[in-house]
Amino acid sequence: MSKPRVGVLLSRVRVEEKLLLEAFQRRGVSTEAFDDRDLIFELGGTSPLPVDIVLERCINHSRALFALRILADAGIPCVNEYGVALICGNKIETTSVLAAAGVPQPRCLVAFTPGSALEAIERLGYPVVLKPAVGSWGRLVAKVNDRESAEALLEHKEVLGSYHHSIFYIQEFVAKPGRDIRSFVIGDRTVAAIYRYADHWITNTARGGRAENCPVTPEIDRLSRAAARAVGGGVLAIDLLERPSGEILVNEVNYTMEFRNSVPVTGVPIPDLVVEHVLDVAAAA
Amino acid sequence: MALTTECPECAAQVPLADDVMAGEIVQCPECGRDLETVAGDPWALVPAPEEEEDWGE
Repeated sequence: MSKPRVGVLLSRVRVEEKLLLEAFQRRGVSTEAFDDRDLIFELGGTSPLPVDIVLERCINHSRALFALRILADAGIPCVNEYGVALICGNKIETTSVLAAAGVPQPRCLVAFTPGSALEAIERLGYPVVLKPAVGSWGRLVAKVNDRESAEALLEHKEVLGSYHHSIFYIQEFVAKPGRDIRSFVIGDRTVAAIYRYADHWITNTARGGRAENCPVTPEIDRLSRAAARAVGGGVLAIDLLERPSGEILVNEVNYTMEFRNSVPVTGVPIPDLVVEHVLDVAAAA
Repeated sequence: MALTTECPECAAQVPLADDVMAGEIVQCPECGRDLETVAGDPWALVPAPEEEEDWGE
């Protein structure tokens, strides 16, 4: 195939999208950006976008998910694929798929009522971490230290939250060493990793965590690729936690990864590697 | 001359990068409001969308 027409689906132009568009330009590949706020899809109509492949970079998970479904059904290859977004956009889906693949993770219990959630929390033992099934950047993630906090939090979630906040994702609290690890998998390669340091127990760089290069050890590579394969592969950021014993666990998998803080500290040209992957997928389609 | 445009919140002049693109988020240096760039001549700024529950990576 000559150079494909690449569509970049986005909600806003973050640093990452600029870096990706520049990387396409360096490869001499023309791109067209599609703002998801302007899109109208006619289901079953003509090709929804005049492109050969779509790189999905939406900031809204719901928009990404439905756009990917429609594009896939219209025969347009996408990075990442619909199924990957479906799994990675929901922590229950992700954890279940990783568990089925035997990928080590923190213990996780799921319950559907405040009563059963409280029982699950006590079964796991304090402290535990409560996370919304859909969400990112550490938003609404809560560390629950005792029964009184658990009761209050569960009641608040049930009364104030929309229905999906009454699906309770309860995770073992891992006493990580003031940092977590984020690795980047593109295709079947772990191309880079960073440590994310923070004084707060939430170490997300979107919340002010500090990034440093993390050598990709054979263990990090093995776990990262196993997690990526389990969710369907593509361009993925894997969040890893270290137990005090040194054991490494997979915490989350992100399918529209942010990497602005990772390129300078790792020296790895992540945007160029993403572009290479997109072109490979287009060529194979 | 550096590209600037007016903040819709406080009317301060907000600097824009030479390679500015539509849909970028910039912050007003005076009032701190997040603003989205709108292509045109001159470039305009509108208040950036508020973070929604399913935003993320």
